[in-house]
Amino acid sequence: MEYFLQQAINGLTLGAIYGLVAIGYTMVYGIIGMINFAHGEIYMIGAFIAVIGFTILSMLGISSVPFAILIVLIVAILFTSVYGWAVERIAYRPLRGSFRLAPLISAIGMSIFLQNYVQVLQGARVKPIQPIVTGGLTLMSSSHFTVSLSYIQILIILTTVVLMVGFSLLITRTALGRAQRACEQDLTMASLVGINVDRTISLTFVIGAGLAAVAGVMVTLYYGVIDFYIGFQAGIKAFAAAVLGGIGSLPGAMLGGLLIGLVEAFWSAYFTIEYKDLATFSILILVLIFRPTGLLGRPEVEKV
Amino acid sequence: MIAAAAPSPLPAALKEAAVAAVVALALAIPMVGFYTVDEGGSLVAKTRFDWVAIAVAAVFAGRLALALWPPAWRLKPRREPAHVAVDGRFTLMKFFGAAAVTVAVVLPFLPFTDRYIIDVATTVLIYVMLGWGLNIVVGLAGLLDLGYVAFYAVGAYSFALLARNFGLNFWECLPLAGIFAALFGVLLGFPVLRLRGDYLAIVTLGFGEMIRIVLVNWQSFTGGPNGLTSIPRPSFFGLPFTRTPEAGETAFHEFFGLEFSSYHRLAFLYFVILVLALITNAFTLRIRRLPVGRAWEALREDEIACRALGINPTNTKLTAFAIGAMFGGFAGSFFAARQGFISPESFTFIESALILAVVVLGGMGSQIGIVFAAILLVVLPEIAREFAELRMVLFGAAMIGIMVWRPHGLLSRRDPSILLPLPKATGAS
Repeated sequence: MEYFLQQAINGLTLGAIYGLVAIGYTMVYGIIGMINFAHGEIYMIGAFIAVIGFTILSMLGISSVPFAILIVLIVAILFTSVYGWAVERIAYRPLRGSFRLAPLISAIGMSIFLQNYVQVLQGARVKPIQPIVTGGLTLMSSSHFTVSLSYIQILIILTTVVLMVGFSLLITRTALGRAQRACEQDLTMASLVGINVDRTISLTFVIGAGLAAVAGVMVTLYYGVIDFYIGFQAGIKAFAAAVLGGIGSLPGAMLGGLLIGLVEAFWSAYFTIEYKDLATFSILILVLIFRPTGLLGRPEVEKV
Repeated sequence: MIAAAAPSPLPAALKEAAVAAVVALALAIPMVGFYTVDEGGSLVAKTRFDWVAIAVAAVFAGRLALALWPPAWRLKPRREPAHVAVDGRFTLMKFFGAAAVTVAVVLPFLPFTDRYIIDVATTVLIYVMLGWGLNIVVGLAGLLDLGYVAFYAVGAYSFALLARNFGLNFWECLPLAGIFAALFGVLLGFPVLRLRGDYLAIVTLGFGEMIRIVLVNWQSFTGGPNGLTSIPRPSFFGLPFTRTPEAGETAFHEFFGLEFSSYHRLAFLYFVILVLALITNAFTLRIRRLPVGRAWEALREDEIACRALGINPTNTKLTAFAIGAMFGGFAGSFFAARQGFISPESFTFIESALILAVVVLGGMGSQIGIVFAAILLVVLPEIAREFAELRMVLFGAAMIGIMVWRPHGLLSRRDPSILLPLPKATGAS
């Protein structure tokens, strides 16, 4: 039981990170119907900015942990958003309205580019940082096992919840959110009623990149070690999460992320850690076979 | 891309360039401006703002040049595929094809051809074959498969394992490897082919990853991350390519009375893959004229109409998947025979992406376009080898550039499978 609880906590933490990345995929897919393959790399860039940020802050001798995390979060979100914007502007916008596979190939090219760009500029070795948030709460303690909830896990889960609430408000209450929902339904009609479609799509990429940056900072804090390759793995997991939850659906992305995180944690704990990705993908395939639109997706209506 | 047809006047161009430079500055500061190095167990951040300045200046100059570039010199992005021409271009393409095959056949005998060239040419042909195989799935049947490398892996491992465990030779294993790969195609295709478009893409991607994970972790069967070594080399109808054949065997060079040269084996492998690739091509061209091939293309265009016409979409897709997988399996087993060593490293997602890129860059469905794209994608990194680390950066940038410049691929014109005879021109028009 204690062991189960501990794995549930670990799974939730991991799932929260996947969920944040998955939102980027699901939003972009909802609006322009393309798989943004480079999104995983955006998250990786967020993590690298976090490593650089924390290193500089520690060299400057800033010891206040909340202050350091806040600064790094803001800086990472800002710079990563620019990357998100630039990716859309360079690789996707010229291909809008082209046939379906063109942006996908261009996105794969962008993913290869960014991954190697970071490898060349930042080095191929793993980047370890000193643990920044330490300690935690002991929830339950029995003779053979202690269930603990570390402060960093609390931070990750809280940040995710806050972001999700804020983000839902953004989508449902603001003019930008309304524009996004309009674009999701029909780009041409949206532009006819005076919505600046280009701007809306750009902002969607910027917001997605911002959330990915938060996930990148969190994963840096959580594991304390990153390399240029983390984007790919997290990217396909997060995309799987988006599909699992029903692509285009925001609560679905979060739910899918949590499910994938939990599956991974439990599978690693109770079965073999080597085959955890196998479990993730098997569940994805099973869900898609029996519920092809994902858990919370709307059924696609085909018109002749 | 630049939407304006006329070159912008200088002030506007300067403004555009300035905006681009500001964006470049924001992009460059975190990644170029700072880097971290491990010093004595902990990271230390260092700066290189001179690089940032160079990058920003380059972007400014580049954007300015692009804005002032006379429109007549611009590469025009072509958005619409060219209309199908029923005139002499068909014969031109046929001529191209014949010329390409002739060059491919005589290549090993040309005086300047050395081991390196033949090696690169063999790699190109592997990608051509994989591209043609995947083209059946993506180009003809319109199913987006991001895990094609799984079938390539199945083919490679079937050959390696059959040869090592049962002592079968290359020619006995080749059909078996194809059958295994096709079986995997059916096995995967059966549950997932009801899914549409991008769902299919992610499931195939997941499947590709699953195969790789199994290959890495099933140590006792696949050798794990170390892979399988000492895979037997194919022989020339029983004549091995060795300097000193084992007792009772005649080596290739002895049989033909030639001086021993390791080049013989390379040239032989080159011809094997050339023949395999040409078989794939001939097969594709023929099957497009059969009912099943026509059903694939019809399904790509409109699934609902196909159902209405009584085509069973699942079975039709399944055949496309299985046949595409079979050619992937053939290519895989050739790959294993050529390398003599395989490991899961060779079957990562990036390989699937490369094969898909060959198909899409070539112009989906265009057989000769795939040849050009394969040459480009194999030779480009070879040329860029001097840039060592920058190689893959340039490769990614080139992929984006080609896609933006030609979204429909290098050769987007597709030969129609069926043609209506043109109506006779009437005098009124």
